[in-house]
Amino acid sequence: MTPAVEFHDLTVSYDRKPVLFGVDAVVPEKSLCGIIGPNGAGKSTLIKAVMGLLPVEGGWTQVFGGPLDKCRQRVAYVPQRSSVDWDFPVNAMDVVLMGRYGRLGLFKRPEKTDRAIAAEALEKVQMSAYADRQISQLSGGQQQRVFLARALAQQADLYLMDEPFTGVDAATERAIVTLLQDIRGKGGTIVAVHHDLTTAPVYFDHLLLINLRLIASGPVEEVFTQELLQKTYGGRLTVLSEMAFKGMKKPEFRDPRE
Amino acid sequence: MTNRAPLIPPFSWHQAIVEPWTDHQPGTLWMVLTAILLAVPCALLGNYLILRRMALVGDAISHSVLPGLVLAYLLFRDLGTGYMLGGAIAAGLLTTLLIDFLTAKTKLKSDAATGIAYTTLFALGMYLVNRYTSRVHLDAECVLFGELEYIPLSEPSALRVGEWGFIPMAVLISLGAALAVGVLLKVFAKELKVTSFDPGFARSAGVRVGFIHYGLMALLSLIVVTSLERVGILVVALLVLPGSTAQFFTRRLARLHLLSVIFAVTGVLGGFHLGSWLLVPTAASIALWGGLQFGAAWMGTLALQSWRRAQMRPAR
Repeated sequence: MTPAVEFHDLTVSYDRKPVLFGVDAVVPEKSLCGIIGPNGAGKSTLIKAVMGLLPVEGGWTQVFGGPLDKCRQRVAYVPQRSSVDWDFPVNAMDVVLMGRYGRLGLFKRPEKTDRAIAAEALEKVQMSAYADRQISQLSGGQQQRVFLARALAQQADLYLMDEPFTGVDAATERAIVTLLQDIRGKGGTIVAVHHDLTTAPVYFDHLLLINLRLIASGPVEEVFTQELLQKTYGGRLTVLSEMAFKGMKKPEFRDPRE
Repeated sequence: MTNRAPLIPPFSWHQAIVEPWTDHQPGTLWMVLTAILLAVPCALLGNYLILRRMALVGDAISHSVLPGLVLAYLLFRDLGTGYMLGGAIAAGLLTTLLIDFLTAKTKLKSDAATGIAYTTLFALGMYLVNRYTSRVHLDAECVLFGELEYIPLSEPSALRVGEWGFIPMAVLISLGAALAVGVLLKVFAKELKVTSFDPGFARSAGVRVGFIHYGLMALLSLIVVTSLERVGILVVALLVLPGSTAQFFTRRLARLHLLSVIFAVTGVLGGFHLGSWLLVPTAASIALWGGLQFGAAWMGTLALQSWRRAQMRPAR
């Protein structure tokens, strides 16, 4: 089976300062994959490199066994919520419709079917009631749902998400997780940058542990071990690790922020 | 005591409002029409500049077109419109390329990079003018305020409208530029929207972000150089003021465009009559009136907000 994403000896640098060295890994199809690592480990960089948003210093990435350009419409990218200006004069529906622009190409305007798909995407993230709301008047969680709806409107097979759970309320976090599992259930693949070690083993079935280089990658059971996490986080893994392992032992996860 | 003119001349309804439309026709019509035909595309382009946080790139380009104009003249020995527009667009694109290059390759932020790029290019233009085109006359007042007042006296075109006589060339050139901007902004509306809001996402979805960026800069150079001759470097006011005023009233892009066009037109009309009253260059009074519109919109919004807050406060 061709992997959804493949990294081969990927090296990326900012201002000639390398931030990712020689990453070799695959993300299997139909997996819910988390990218885990400390701040500044290069997690977002890894996703941006796949999307061709950063110049790659060495190595390559492939999507569904080929270059991204061959299958761009099968991939949806969800940037960090903080990367855009939420005062921009558009409403939630306008943002979700942007998910259709890639398929439309130049010179075509969104049609009825595109609007229907966008409305359906808003429905899936329970945001239909806010379709006409100017986006600055949405809460952080609602803004993240709008971003997710935009990705859903792309009708992709692979979703790359940059910190989808940062700054969202507990209800949104649960709604997003359910949605991601739903996507995977229908044969989709998700790769998400994730910060919270306590929830990582619950949300994901596959993990990439990185800290400037790849520490480990594989199914959660094999990779989410004290030893490998220690290696990823160095000395910084103390309280977090205990919480994480407690979280692992409990089958029913309770959000600590509740 | 010397007899000085009063700071504000007495307002005369006849002189400021009536006379221009009765005694100075069709000159007034051509002037106002040209100004509106420049102000409207400036307002539309300006909206995107404001949203992309590059409002002062218009200012930068209005300076850095100079070397482009001079080089186009030196290369082709022709002051024809086509050569001048070509030179200006090339210089405008060079400015943006230089700004982007400086921000990418150094630690400079875009405001500093903009300052470096356009002053250097402007200085280069001054050098070229002085060194190679000693007989070309660069009028400081013209650069500042343009020559809106001289449009009725400028070169006429071959088109004639009844008793008003031949339409000045300037009107037709402005119309052409306005149509070009209007059509292109319409055609690329969705790309402009998504690249302004979320360039990272846009690129990931396959939208040509760079093409849209440089296309927008080329259009900006086109409209800046067309306006420069008429309103001088106050073109920046035409770019920034209507959209900034409109954003007090709406949070939707389509309405922002519509309102900014309305404010561009009222800005020209109000500014023209303000100029007839105060007897100042029309371009200056248009910019001044635009500033007054902005101030009034701001104050009005503040007043409305505090009135609403007072309404919401529970009665004791």
